[in-house]
Amino acid sequence: LLLLLYTNAYGLYHMIIAFDELKTDYKNPIDQCNTLNPTVEKVKKIKRVKIAIKLVLPEYLIHFFFCVMFFCAAEWLTLSLNLPLLAYHVWRYMSRPVMSGPGLYDPTTIMNADILAFCQKEGWCKLAFYLLSFFYYLYGMIYVLVSS
Amino acid sequence: MSAPGFTNLNSSISYGQNPATPHRNGPAQTYQPMHPPTGCYGAPPQQQSYPTIPAHPAPVPSKAPITNSAHSANYYRSNHHQQQQQQHLSQHHVAPSPYSASPSSAPPSQTYATLPSSAPPPSNAHYSQQPLQQQHHPPYAPPGSYYGPQSYHAPPAQQSQQQPSLVPAPAVGPGAPVYPIVSYPSAPGSSQFGTLSSSQSAAAHGVMPTQMGAPLHQYGTTRPASTAAVQPGYGVAPPSHLAPTVNGQGGTGHQHYDQSQPASLSYDSYGDADHPPSGTPSASVHSSPGHHQGMQYGYAANSGASSASAATSGPAAAPSSSSSEDDDDDDDEEDEEAGGDTSSSSTGSASPVPNSYDNLEGGSYPDSMPPSNHMTNQAAPYGNYGYPGMPPAYHQGPAAVTDSSPSHDPYGQSSYQQYSQPFPNMSQLSAALGGLSGVPELEVAALRPVNLLQERDLLPHRPLEAPEPNLSPDLKKVNCCPQSFRCTLTSIPQTQALLTKARLPLGLLLHPFRDLQQLPVITSNTIVRCRSCRTYINPFVTFLDQRRWKCNLCYRVNDVPDEFMYNPVTRSYGEPHKRPEVQNATVEFIASSDYMLRPPQPAAYLFVLDVSHNAVEAGYLKYFCESLMDNLDKLPGDTRTRVGFLTFDNTIHFYNLQEGLSQPQMLVVSDIDDIFIPSHDSLMVNLKESKELVKDLLTSLPGMFSESKETHSALGPALQAAFKLMTPTGGRVTVFQTQLPTIGAGSLQSREDPNQRSSTKGVQHLGPATDFYKKLALDCSGQQIGVDLFLLSSQYTDLASLSCISKYSAGSIFYYPSFHCTQNPTQLEKFQKDLERYLTRKIGFEAVMRIRCTKGLSIHTFHGNFFVRSTDLLSLANVNPDSAFAVQMSIDDSLADSSLACFQAALLYTSSKGKRRIRVHTLCLPVVNQLSDVYAGADVQAITCLLADMAIDRSITSSLSDARDALTNAVVDLMSAYKNNVCNLQQSGLVVAASMRLFPVYILSLLKQKALRTGTSTRLDERVFAMCEFKTQPLQQLMRMVHPDLYRLDDMSDQGALHLNDTVVPQPHLLHLSADRVTRDGAFLLDCGNVFYLWIGKSCDHLFIQDVLGFPDYASIPATMTHIPELETLLSERVRAFLDWLQDKRAFSSTLTVMKDNSSAKASFFQYLVEDRSEGPFSYNEFLQHIQQQMS
Repeated sequence: LLLLLYTNAYGLYHMIIAFDELKTDYKNPIDQCNTLNPTVEKVKKIKRVKIAIKLVLPEYLIHFFFCVMFFCAAEWLTLSLNLPLLAYHVWRYMSRPVMSGPGLYDPTTIMNADILAFCQKEGWCKLAFYLLSFFYYLYGMIYVLVSS
Repeated sequence: MSAPGFTNLNSSISYGQNPATPHRNGPAQTYQPMHPPTGCYGAPPQQQSYPTIPAHPAPVPSKAPITNSAHSANYYRSNHHQQQQQQHLSQHHVAPSPYSASPSSAPPSQTYATLPSSAPPPSNAHYSQQPLQQQHHPPYAPPGSYYGPQSYHAPPAQQSQQQPSLVPAPAVGPGAPVYPIVSYPSAPGSSQFGTLSSSQSAAAHGVMPTQMGAPLHQYGTTRPASTAAVQPGYGVAPPSHLAPTVNGQGGTGHQHYDQSQPASLSYDSYGDADHPPSGTPSASVHSSPGHHQGMQYGYAANSGASSASAATSGPAAAPSSSSSEDDDDDDDEEDEEAGGDTSSSSTGSASPVPNSYDNLEGGSYPDSMPPSNHMTNQAAPYGNYGYPGMPPAYHQGPAAVTDSSPSHDPYGQSSYQQYSQPFPNMSQLSAALGGLSGVPELEVAALRPVNLLQERDLLPHRPLEAPEPNLSPDLKKVNCCPQSFRCTLTSIPQTQALLTKARLPLGLLLHPFRDLQQLPVITSNTIVRCRSCRTYINPFVTFLDQRRWKCNLCYRVNDVPDEFMYNPVTRSYGEPHKRPEVQNATVEFIASSDYMLRPPQPAAYLFVLDVSHNAVEAGYLKYFCESLMDNLDKLPGDTRTRVGFLTFDNTIHFYNLQEGLSQPQMLVVSDIDDIFIPSHDSLMVNLKESKELVKDLLTSLPGMFSESKETHSALGPALQAAFKLMTPTGGRVTVFQTQLPTIGAGSLQSREDPNQRSSTKGVQHLGPATDFYKKLALDCSGQQIGVDLFLLSSQYTDLASLSCISKYSAGSIFYYPSFHCTQNPTQLEKFQKDLERYLTRKIGFEAVMRIRCTKGLSIHTFHGNFFVRSTDLLSLANVNPDSAFAVQMSIDDSLADSSLACFQAALLYTSSKGKRRIRVHTLCLPVVNQLSDVYAGADVQAITCLLADMAIDRSITSSLSDARDALTNAVVDLMSAYKNNVCNLQQSGLVVAASMRLFPVYILSLLKQKALRTGTSTRLDERVFAMCEFKTQPLQQLMRMVHPDLYRLDDMSDQGALHLNDTVVPQPHLLHLSADRVTRDGAFLLDCGNVFYLWIGKSCDHLFIQDVLGFPDYASIPATMTHIPELETLLSERVRAFLDWLQDKRAFSSTLTVMKDNSSAKASFFQYLVEDRSEGPFSYNEFLQHIQQQMS
């Protein structure tokens, strides 16, 4: 179980890094876009949003899976730490814009400064949280290994 | 004293100059370039003229001066580098502005020379002071641009110093009266001239040219004689002091003039722009002397002078600017030489000046003079209030006064006058301002506190005009037309904190593709743009010298390409500042292939027509076909224009119109789940080649489906088909829809609950039910397809979902509720008129629009129909002349280092003729750091429109009641902020700046609009449509819809009437929208934007009914009447002329409805009287009381 947890944490770590790269990526291409030609730029933008869609859902699923694992392992403390985020994810997905496919971001509103800033902030906060929990899991795993 | 005085001079000069510089493109920018030259200069003369010298260089950079500046710089450097760089530098700082004012470089140099000679002691003083000045100046200089910032920055001490210095100069100088004048100009040689001449001439001739007028007015208002006047004004400062400096400067100036005269003449033609600056410097100088007491005074004066003087004073400056390089050099030398003869030179110079004035004024500013006298009083207050530079103390003082007597005069002029008297300087200055232009008056009026609970007659007699930004006249003249480009705050707050404090939204309202009467079109191989931010060159850039210009948005210094040196208009070489790009804020470039992703596509129009049973019932098809037939030749396009038709009910019908067929072939695709295009090259056909077939089709189309019993509508698949059909070329898809799409992709359900129409709780379903239309619209946008939607329905059609197809593909939406061709003739007429306009209006394809703004500002949110592709880039598949955009801005960084903020909207599109074009609009606004100035520059109409857009967003993302609360809170916040921060008097009641006095009325009107009202039965579709209108209508049209114009027609007089061609257009006064203004014995016209209501009172004058309507008495007027007969009576002609005149100002023609008192239409008329408590919860009074409660 711990091994699984470790791998998962590792995978999550990478996933989050990628996710955050995407997030921080949000702005740079946009700022630099003056030199890009419009069509390319637009395609890039839409692709970015799609990547976000592809990344966000796995992130939510992995996180959900983690919580289930913690629940099974009766790791109540860890679980309680993760529950708020899980609840947030559920809320976030429920209140997403009207959309036929899965996804969170609406390409027509994502460029609104408020929404963009919010998404970036959200990305950074979650990255910090995931990083902290990664080290916490690592610590937990090593502690278990050593003590056993 | 002397030493201090000198320093003062420098400082004063700087002030004056600063104002001048601002006029130019970028004061700050000019400034720096100037310095080096000045330093050089200064060295040679040594003590002398620093002040003047600096001035010259500055002007040069700004515009025409380029050449001059270069010269001067080179010259100076070569001559004297070492010695007095410091001094010079200081001088430069000061001087630059004056110079800048006067474009001509030559004069400046001269002035330098003279100055030293005239007042050696002063020079010393200068030296000592110079360090100080330098320190001070840098701050000033950078902002450079305008009066405001610089003046503010300058420490009070400086001002005082300046003043003293001035004073000494006069004493030395020859004539006391003359000198004072001279002293003003002292900094800029040219300006001095102007002042001198003006003073002299004023005494002698009485009437002065505008420039003259400005200085004169300042003084003159107080005292006719220039000298006398000056003294009083200066009174604070020691009078004696003035003479020396003045003389010296004056002398230099004169020499310059003489020599430079030829140059000046040449400039004249150029010149309005240049001239203004020169004028400003002089004005500023004046003010400075007066300022001894406080910086504030000086500042005010400067500002006023600069603004006012710019127009008139220009001439003096112009000459200097005009001079060629050689001339400049010569002038400089001469000036230096002349330096010794201060007194003699001054007198001599006078004569040349007048000439220049005459030239200048004669053409351009004939009107300025007369107003000055009248306006002096008003102007004075203006000076205090209006200028950013004003010290806080000042503001408060005047403000307080006004506050005490808020209710007196609508315009508060009387109160102002009283106040102005205590401060002669102020009044003088203001007077000068007034003479130049009427703006100062407006500004003063704009800041007058208005107690809304006491004042009832708030509406102006004529529809409100956009406030003019507080810029120098030459900048004002080239600034972008407010109809194309408007900012909610015509004075940009310096920091986000100030903006937040003001509680006003900052944003732009754009109407970029508006039909323009005249538009400079530029064909050029290289389109000059900033290399780092890609800004197009515009009138507000600064030319550092002949070969370089400084971007006004990012401040990068760019090279001027060779091609740009040639001016195609005058066919001359070496005048980049006279190119049309630099002379017009709105220009259009013919773009090269660099601006194309693919060769320009032909204009392509596809018409998607609903032919289901519902549509046949409504009967629109016949009228559409007729209209298209009539306008087939007027469709914008060239010989490549392509058209196509597609009809749908529960299947999709394509029409093969291939040339050579005997008649159109209909191809039916019934597989709506998997749409395919039956034939690829014959469905979109060349209009020219297949015109006969198209006409055939249009003739037979209405009959083809008259028997249709099919009630389903497959709009989604039809749109998919249209998308596939248009993908290769892009173009415009026009969709006519009469019912809810029921089958296939994108089918919708009815979401409206009729019982909830008048609910006060909130409105559901304002957002789309599906993202099918949005996704399709994005696909369309990617393929450069714009979709326009005509919705003609009598039932709920879920416009909230359908409108997405147009919203994100930059289309337009038309909605005709209850459309029926026989039962609703009003809608039919409107449909026909709209359609005609729609088919024949201009169109641009494959468009993108980018909005750039000065560093420190950023775009927050866009409003309108488009797809936002990047933070500053809008993708517009189609662009049409009737849609507008709004942009919310935020201030990221402090704008303290610039005194001007610029916005540039560049619209790149393919015209219907297959030309790639770029339309560039540039708007320039002053930056202020005083809250009162922010309020003075507030544009209440623009603010209302932007708030409406924001409220619409809020009501969709949150809820309608949220949006309504937010609007009410906007009023409450503004009132509180104004009360707490600007008007310090503890006063009961609702006090607001006069510029914002209509804000509560407008917000109340907004709350009663269909889009935002609650409690009144409103169909969901109509509500959503009203929201769409808010987002896309241009400001003028929107304001007429929000707050209709009410006129009384039966007692119109020819007083104040416009005379256009042969017709007399009467101008009746605007009336408040309240039932107590609508009397039974009158006839009233209500202009709601897209419909006119003519209200005939019960006991209306029989004469009016007979003459205008053609009926004998009230009883015989029919219940429905939609036209005014063309009768041969005077009254009828007047009424029709007025209606036509109103009509000419809008793109879509409005329908007219004659309403009788007591008719059933009464309700629909009275719902526009927003100040009454008709159906909404509040009357205007109640609303104000509600606001007051909220504030406490």
